[in-house]
Amino acid sequence: MIRLDDVTVTYPGAAAPTLRSVDLHIGEGELCLVVGPTGAGKTTLLRAVCGLVPHFTGGLLEGAVTVAGRDTRTHRPRDLADVVGVVLQDPAQGFVAETVEDELVYAMEQLGLSPSVMRTRVEETLDLLGLVDLRRSPVRDLSGGEQQRVAIGAVLTAHPRVLVLDEPTSALDPAAAEDVLAAVTRLVHDLGLTVLVAEHRLERVVQYADRVVNVAPDGTVRSGSAGEMMQHSSVAPPIVELGRVAGWDPLPLSVRDARRRAAPLRARLTDALGADGPAAPPTDAPGPADRAETATAPVAQLSADAVHVRYPRTWAVRGVDLVLHGGEVTALMGRNGAGKSSLLWALAGAGPRASGRVTLADGTDPARLRPSDARRRVALVPQNPLDLLYLTSVAAECRAADQQAGAQPGTTARRLESLAGTIDPQAHPRDLSEGQRLALVLAVQLSADATVLLLDEPTRGLDYAAKRRLAQLLREHAARGGAVLLSSHDVEFVADAAARVVVLAGGEVVADGSARDVLTASPTFAPQVSKVLHPIDLLTVAQVAAALAVTA
Amino acid sequence: MHPWAWWSWALGLTVAATRTTSTPALGLIVVAALLVATLSRGDGPRGRAFPGFVLLAVAVVVLRLVFHVVVGIKTPGTVVLDLPRVPMPDWAVGVELFGPVTTTGLATAATGGLRLAALVLCIGAAATLTSAARTLRTLPAALHQLGTAVVIATNVAPALVAAAARVRRAQRLRGVSGRGPRAVVSTAMPVLADALDQSLALAASMDSRGFAGTHGRRDRRVTPLLLTALLSTTLGTYGLLDPTAPRWMGLPLLVLGAASGAVGSLLAGRLVRRTRFRRETWGPGATLLTACGAGAAGLVLLTQGAASGPAVATLAALALAPLLLSVHPEVPA
Repeated sequence: MIRLDDVTVTYPGAAAPTLRSVDLHIGEGELCLVVGPTGAGKTTLLRAVCGLVPHFTGGLLEGAVTVAGRDTRTHRPRDLADVVGVVLQDPAQGFVAETVEDELVYAMEQLGLSPSVMRTRVEETLDLLGLVDLRRSPVRDLSGGEQQRVAIGAVLTAHPRVLVLDEPTSALDPAAAEDVLAAVTRLVHDLGLTVLVAEHRLERVVQYADRVVNVAPDGTVRSGSAGEMMQHSSVAPPIVELGRVAGWDPLPLSVRDARRRAAPLRARLTDALGADGPAAPPTDAPGPADRAETATAPVAQLSADAVHVRYPRTWAVRGVDLVLHGGEVTALMGRNGAGKSSLLWALAGAGPRASGRVTLADGTDPARLRPSDARRRVALVPQNPLDLLYLTSVAAECRAADQQAGAQPGTTARRLESLAGTIDPQAHPRDLSEGQRLALVLAVQLSADATVLLLDEPTRGLDYAAKRRLAQLLREHAARGGAVLLSSHDVEFVADAAARVVVLAGGEVVADGSARDVLTASPTFAPQVSKVLHPIDLLTVAQVAAALAVTA
Repeated sequence: MHPWAWWSWALGLTVAATRTTSTPALGLIVVAALLVATLSRGDGPRGRAFPGFVLLAVAVVVLRLVFHVVVGIKTPGTVVLDLPRVPMPDWAVGVELFGPVTTTGLATAATGGLRLAALVLCIGAAATLTSAARTLRTLPAALHQLGTAVVIATNVAPALVAAAARVRRAQRLRGVSGRGPRAVVSTAMPVLADALDQSLALAASMDSRGFAGTHGRRDRRVTPLLLTALLSTTLGTYGLLDPTAPRWMGLPLLVLGAASGAVGSLLAGRLVRRTRFRRETWGPGATLLTACGAGAAGLVLLTQGAASGPAVATLAALALAPLLLSVHPEVPA
């Protein structure tokens, strides 16, 4: 169905090709998962398949890409619209119509299909993706998961034989992501669609994939069945890491596979953890879950009392009481639209707050401080890190940050180097990878040495290595006595980074407790390791490895 | 409701507002536009935009009064505010700063402001009550590209405003104050870069969904025909609205514009092979609305300004008639 023969893609002005000698044949009806570290060329590969590279982006494509018998050298993206459906990152940016129904018919109108055909296809698609009740809703007012399903529906109505999805679940909460992925697997199984999907969070999709394509940072590509590719892949979901630690062969890809093999491991772990088992985890486990208990006399760095946030039509936050202690990393979880961002902004004193009190360790309210003083106490990293950056080079951003924070020249640059390694100081912030951008913004925001650090969805678009570094960094900030509150949909990251989890729903706190208690309590939020090892309360592979090391 | 029904009601009222000589009639048109838009607007993003038009209308009236006080020509009458005249240098002959403000002068200025406000509110009401996308989809296929551009603009403009607010909020986190040229640069950079990214993403999405994939070759006769149409419609509208313009500038030019526009669109439309999902239907409700608009315009034109009491009352009834539709939703749109 999709054939890439010796394809090399070089963007104009780039020193090295983004994709190098790629040979790839994807058969009809396969679900093919594209993995690789950030910036490795996953998006380029997807765009080459739908013709956007090089017709739309420019650059030099050597070799040949053939989709359903059509060569992209002679077919522009619009000529492929009836065989390839493509949903790019952030579907909201690609909407052309106002309502769901109009969005669904757009592609068919462009292809010149007859109204009666359009009518039946719209109904089919609405049913297939569960959008019937939303048909007349404005697309802008939908939630992230609904928008993603509309975007998929909008390309499905043209009856393509190939579906290309770029990070379809990166912005979605666990339940919405399940919905979208369920819809995609249904398309593969019921309609025999060929699906090519790029995804960072492998734990969500790898078990559905027939084939995994690994794009290496140098642009070379290897492909194979999911099982054999995971054997040596540098990016692997927790379940595969667990399989490696436990020495399972072949590696499990789904919780079900792993659970059926895990009985001996569970027995070993129960022995290792002692007779009272899960209640007493090993004291030397590197997991952060124990930090809250071991910290001596935690200081309340920020206390919120009955905080309400109101927008013209809704109460985003209703009466949240929350105390953030020094030395503790807290995660804020909940659906899209549960009020996480509103709460973070209200706590930082930078967003609206209808009522309630927020006090810092010495009793001051951050909302009453001038912005330049408030940032010395509370640092907030917004959802889109690029909003904070406005200069044309990394070096200029660092200098401006030192100046704004009144810090010694070079402070921010040094911190950036410790966070992300060496970054070319002349690089434009927009050209950095997601992980490097986040590191830059963190360095900028921390330049004024705030004790309280708030992060709004910091893990979007980060690969496993970048997430591990971020978790490490947050733990270090906490170890220096700082308090960290981060919002995230990524349960695996939360299990790794946070000691305490607060769950918001409809603007209210519905759960607040240690990460272990909250995450294992609900199947939606449980990380893979805990699903496999239940009832043993271990959340991460690192904790398992440490527990096993005790017995060895 | 057919979008053109709302537009013809609103355009009828605009014609009435431009040509009426009675202040009560103007006031009634303003009230009618306000009431109809507020009561019939939906819950979506467009519905939320109407307060913006109201603000604009108020600003227009206030500005008109301020201009009258500062540079307006002062008519004789009862003086309410005796400001001294400020002499101007020789090169600014005819311009006079301040001077005594009279009730008659203020009333004339207020009526002028109200007239502009009525225009803003009528157009605002139509824009709030109809979807630009749906309106443009009823246009001939030849204007398809234009329609797409307008839809994108209406989608992107609010997103841009939201992005500017978001970026300014984020910049404050960094301690960048919200004022001064530095702040403008620091906000504009991320917002414009975002807008560029977004338009590229949109273009990519449209391209891969087959936009313009079925267009044939261009016809050379189309551009001159459409240009003629545009020019003569503009001049014709001006001729119709300005009572002092020569007669040939009114209807004849409008007819010429419409004719060349229709021929041009037909020729261009033959080249576009795209289809429409749902045609807008024209029901009795739409006819009623259009009749109200046309009636209001006709009344003012026929009675030379609708200055008499009965004429004003009829005008009010015609302007407010759309409210019937929201009271009786069973009238088929």
